[in-house]
Amino acid sequence: MFETAVLVETLVKAVIVVAVVAGMAGFATFIERKVLAFMQRRLGPMNVGPYGLLQLAADGIKLFTKEDIVPQNAVKPIFMIAPVIAATTAFVAMAAVPYFPEFTLFGYVIHPIISDINVALLYVMGVASVGIYGPLLAGMSSANKWSLLGAARAVIQMLSFEVVTGLSVLAPIMMIGSLSLIDINDYQVGGITHWLIWKQPLAFILFAMAGFMETNRAPFDTIEFEAEVVAGYATEYSGMRWGLFFIGEYANMITISVLVSILFMGGYNSLWFIPGAVMMLIKVSFWVFLFLWVRAAWPHIRPDQLMWVCWKVLMPLAVVNILITGFVLI
Amino acid sequence: MQKVNRLKPFFENIAFEREDNHMIVNFGPQHPSAHGQLRLILELDGEKVSKATPDIGYLHRGMEKMAENMIYNEFLPTTDRMDYIAATANNYGFALSVEKLIGLEVPRRAKVIRMMLLELNRISSHLFWLATHALDVGAMTIFLYTFREREYTLDLIEDYCGARLTHSSVRIGGVPLDLPKGWIDGLNKFINHLPLDIADYEGLLDQNRIWKMRLEDVGIVTPEQAQSWGCSGPMLRGSGIAWDIRKEEPYELYDEVEFDVPVSTTCDSYGRYKLHMEEMRQSVRILKQLIPMYEETSPEIMAHAPQYISAPKEQIMTQNYSLMQHFVLVTQGMRPPVGEVYVATESPKGELGFYINSQGDPYPYRLKLRAPSFFHTALLQEILVGEYLADVVAIIGNANIVFGEIDR
Repeated sequence: MFETAVLVETLVKAVIVVAVVAGMAGFATFIERKVLAFMQRRLGPMNVGPYGLLQLAADGIKLFTKEDIVPQNAVKPIFMIAPVIAATTAFVAMAAVPYFPEFTLFGYVIHPIISDINVALLYVMGVASVGIYGPLLAGMSSANKWSLLGAARAVIQMLSFEVVTGLSVLAPIMMIGSLSLIDINDYQVGGITHWLIWKQPLAFILFAMAGFMETNRAPFDTIEFEAEVVAGYATEYSGMRWGLFFIGEYANMITISVLVSILFMGGYNSLWFIPGAVMMLIKVSFWVFLFLWVRAAWPHIRPDQLMWVCWKVLMPLAVVNILITGFVLI
Repeated sequence: MQKVNRLKPFFENIAFEREDNHMIVNFGPQHPSAHGQLRLILELDGEKVSKATPDIGYLHRGMEKMAENMIYNEFLPTTDRMDYIAATANNYGFALSVEKLIGLEVPRRAKVIRMMLLELNRISSHLFWLATHALDVGAMTIFLYTFREREYTLDLIEDYCGARLTHSSVRIGGVPLDLPKGWIDGLNKFINHLPLDIADYEGLLDQNRIWKMRLEDVGIVTPEQAQSWGCSGPMLRGSGIAWDIRKEEPYELYDEVEFDVPVSTTCDSYGRYKLHMEEMRQSVRILKQLIPMYEETSPEIMAHAPQYISAPKEQIMTQNYSLMQHFVLVTQGMRPPVGEVYVATESPKGELGFYINSQGDPYPYRLKLRAPSFFHTALLQEILVGEYLADVVAIIGNANIVFGEIDR
């Protein structure tokens, strides 16, 4: 009986998380257009619905009704499954992420986390790095040279940022002594001064930069930057297959925003009179906005410079940070 | 199953199968940053370019041959389609060469108006250059910022001649219209605000770490290379050679206005970026001096040469001889004396030259266009080797090539 209840609860949560995050990912595209537009002295989508709000629906209809083209020389099974990998991993990563503080609904105590596993952080990062298989396989199976270049860039990008992400979160983990995101959150109870960002500023910056790389956002959007590699790995994709890549990317963006908020910015702890859930929303929105802001403001970086930054600047800094944290802890 | 008869591309990927892992890619003509119709055949070693072959001709319209079958006035609107970012510069180059051929002296007011249009075109072209260049490097906001100011230059030109892209606002012998009422005020407003806008762009880009990383020491053109490949304009001045035809062989009233020729000695893309910014400031400086000069001139705007140029409209409608002359000039065209002429002007992209060989007919016997971008495209095969694919885009954008004038 108990097991059935847990199963049902988990299933319902999973469905809700996927639905809400997919919706948010769609909405994020709208927000992105609007924010970029206002930063660039224009209005963005305005014609479909009030303030262009229905543009989302229009885009969805367009993506679903477009012809699904598979190039003649492509490796068909891999070509067709690659976008699914990209989207799935983005959502699977969210299983171990707590979004809000627990609350009571109809007498049940609900934990807004699908599964509180004790290695949550490791799990999220692991799944997220599996996500790179999406672009990689897509690029290699497309039978297109630009796609291949995009795939090659995806690999070097992954090789570069994975190390930085891993090393940068090590220092906070050493202080907290747990990989569970709930423990990390609880470690930071007690107002702004208890946020890890003050204790681990360097790790915070490194992790944020790696987050930008992981989500392929500017200035590290090397793998699909259209001026160089046409559309990178997605050159040959059309319709909803391309849309899946897109949703995956935006879902990743939201996951990273949630992760940064929990790891360094106090998570869903309430602050002053603001309840925890609202704090979480504010922080995630701020991070999504920051992603867009950076895109509007910065040119983008060359792949070899990306590797240079990761291996010669960020990684040594992360190692030094771990050393210092270790000495302080001892 | 039926075997599909596939067309094999000319540069089939043979090299990719070899052991050295080189890959040949077609960069263009459909590539998003091919700047029109450039086709670069790149041999890539990983992301490094080991060989680059620019292939042009996808926009070829045979303008030089067309000119041989057109009377001089007919050909003038065709020149609009060369460097379509700064159409007046082409109109002007052609008009000036025909004027030199027939030895025509243009009224002073027409000269001032022409110079105003030329400098506005230079500003518009440089703004467009910055927009596309920044977009290629990934700074998309600059693109939309510069396009607003470019819109103002186009508005001014539209107010003057009615067209925004293909102006044809310069005629052989002068300009067709005087400046409309209030135009000078609009110009004043624009040139007073532009330096602030340029400062805005520089604020976004100058000290931007990534912008500097992407441009500094990228696309280095040594002075020797620049000279031997026939570079001109900002590409030449970006290599430390102070050569501006407006200063060296002044045409119009460029010897009466004060302006500096900015030079960059770093020879890289960042230096050329700074150079373009400075050139816009110099253009503003020239425009500022032109406004009082305009007010001092007499209202005449077309040269008086009944043999070549139609009389003013009023005269055509009232005087029999002028009407006859106009009829002959329109139906048969002017007949310049036998001779040949080469006239070079400083277009926003560099030395834009027109060579005309006249046999005394209404049609030129031979017309040769020397477009600056053509030489800059040729240079690509030397400076791209050893650069990364991402830099290829930055360098192409930086070289400011416009395919209208390369393919003609």
